[in-house]
Amino acid sequence: MATLEIHDLHVSVEAENGAREILKGVDLTVKQGETHAIMGPNGSGKSTLAYSLAGHPKYTITGGTVTLDGEDVLEMSVDERARAGVFLAMQYPVEVPGVSVSNFLRTSATAIRGEAPKLRTWVKEVKSAMEQLQMDPAFAERNVNEGFSGGEKKRHEILQLELLKPKIAILDETDSGLDVDALRIVSEGVNRVRETGEVGTLLITHYTRILRYIKPDFVHVFANGRIAESGGAELADVLEAEGYDKYVKGGATA
Amino acid sequence: MAEAQNIPAGSTTAGAIAVAAESTVATRMSAPPSFDVADFPVPNGREEEWRFTPLARLKGLHDGTAVADGTMKAQIDAPEGVTIESVERGDERIGKAGTPVDRVSAQAFSSFAKATVVTVPKETVLAEPIRVALHGEGGTTFGHTVFDIKPFAEAIIVIDHTGDGVRAANVDILVGDGAKVTFVSVQDWDDTAVHTSQHNALVGRDASFKSVVVTFGGDLVRLHPRIAYAGPGGEAEMLGLYFTDAGQHQEHRLLVTHDAPHCKSNVVYKGALQGQDAHAVWIGDVLIEKSAEGTDTYEMNRNLVLTDGARVDSVPNLEIETGEIVGAGHASATGRFDDEQLFYLQARGIPADEARRLVVRGFFAELVQQIGVDDIEERLLARIETELAASV
Repeated sequence: MATLEIHDLHVSVEAENGAREILKGVDLTVKQGETHAIMGPNGSGKSTLAYSLAGHPKYTITGGTVTLDGEDVLEMSVDERARAGVFLAMQYPVEVPGVSVSNFLRTSATAIRGEAPKLRTWVKEVKSAMEQLQMDPAFAERNVNEGFSGGEKKRHEILQLELLKPKIAILDETDSGLDVDALRIVSEGVNRVRETGEVGTLLITHYTRILRYIKPDFVHVFANGRIAESGGAELADVLEAEGYDKYVKGGATA
Repeated sequence: MAEAQNIPAGSTTAGAIAVAAESTVATRMSAPPSFDVADFPVPNGREEEWRFTPLARLKGLHDGTAVADGTMKAQIDAPEGVTIESVERGDERIGKAGTPVDRVSAQAFSSFAKATVVTVPKETVLAEPIRVALHGEGGTTFGHTVFDIKPFAEAIIVIDHTGDGVRAANVDILVGDGAKVTFVSVQDWDDTAVHTSQHNALVGRDASFKSVVVTFGGDLVRLHPRIAYAGPGGEAEMLGLYFTDAGQHQEHRLLVTHDAPHCKSNVVYKGALQGQDAHAVWIGDVLIEKSAEGTDTYEMNRNLVLTDGARVDSVPNLEIETGEIVGAGHASATGRFDDEQLFYLQARGIPADEARRLVVRGFFAELVQQIGVDDIEERLLARIETELAASV
């Protein structure tokens, strides 16, 4: 069973006046089949955790370990992490001019699976995944994220999640900027992947709204660069009622 | 690519649409067009038409010090029906398609020994391209070639430049009424070569002309692909592709003069740049004269900057002297393959070198497909792969 283990993770970024520590000792274990919601105020370091796990060059790991089934994730390049089974659905997916969605998806699937998917089954697979996410087939011929609306970008991220079948899926504020219909469609996509029982999900969100559609097994409150409190799904209800105030007071960044 | 997005430091993307009584395209040149080199002052680099060009690397083509001391191995393969002549400079077909617009083109005109005239007779449809292979073997050479495509003939012309040397040449393409011509000029020089050339196409009534300019090599390449119309109903397409490496200067200065009614023009130039001091310049001028009612024109330049240290200057200009047109537009955008794009593709399992290849191939693919000459398309794709392999 795939397990992602984060132990005492410290991460900093280069700022104008030297390095600034954002993550200050994160401990978290995510097992295949589990869903962990990470909730917290803006600036608490949630997204930094997501991008650090995926290997974004902007972030420097200054301490701690991250392993996937015992393998050192921090030693891997960005593409190696993806091939090892770590998937990051981004909050702000990047436009890649000149590369069509269909070409991108196939290149990516080929890299992740280690061989080119059989053309006939692949076309069917993409088509049905797009239908379920209510994406226009014309999307396949558009350039990656170019001119996509916010909702289209998020659906496109979840489309990749469904096709690439990672071991660990990190969803970074996938719910932000979505209307209720889009939120439902995107959540259903995530749930289809979760129902296979083969993915561990790290759901990063600012709002409790998405948790009505995606039921977490664990909820963690993220504040000031570390996990301030952990609990079951009921912790989300407390946050819904009380907000983050009690975690923000006493030193967290705005 | 989104307009004016991701403009890297060191690029300028400027444009102008002018409705003018007097053409600034013509007046901003330091001298009017002329066949005589003496009519042009020696440029100092501050002139509008020279401000991007490193004069010191022109090997004296601009100041009269270059002398014809080189060798250019030339081979012309033409299908049956095509005539090839070597003619003296008095021949009336020479210079009919256009007049030199800068000192270097005028120098080429004043210095060539004999001109080559290639004629495709009336209503002749060529099954195979006319291929001109020019291989520089060092030193300076001047040249003048005229392609005279008679009415209703159809031809593909490929001029292929390889090797080393300093080359200044003019090419005239006379496209007869109703004729269909594709003209391809490939600059696949060694990295030490210097090449300046003016391509003058005169497009006849209801004729169609496609210019394809492909620039990979050379230390300095500066080309003037130009179109004018001899009658109404002409169509012109200008496609360009360049891959500018470290230290190379590749400059394409286009002009389409709409001087006849109901003509079309469509310009698409795309370039990729990589390496320190790679410099690409694209000037796209379109002039719609008062007589050119019903004109339909569009020009586009796209640049993809792959590494730090490269520079693009892209300047589209559109001048319109009549409001009675179908359409006129232009676009220029310079984007860069940046760390965020790389991260996104890598985060989907795609290794860095493959990610770069994916982006560059995608960038050029559509343009390459429009060329319509199979072996050129294949060679281009292969050449792009080589360039990319060299970059990693």
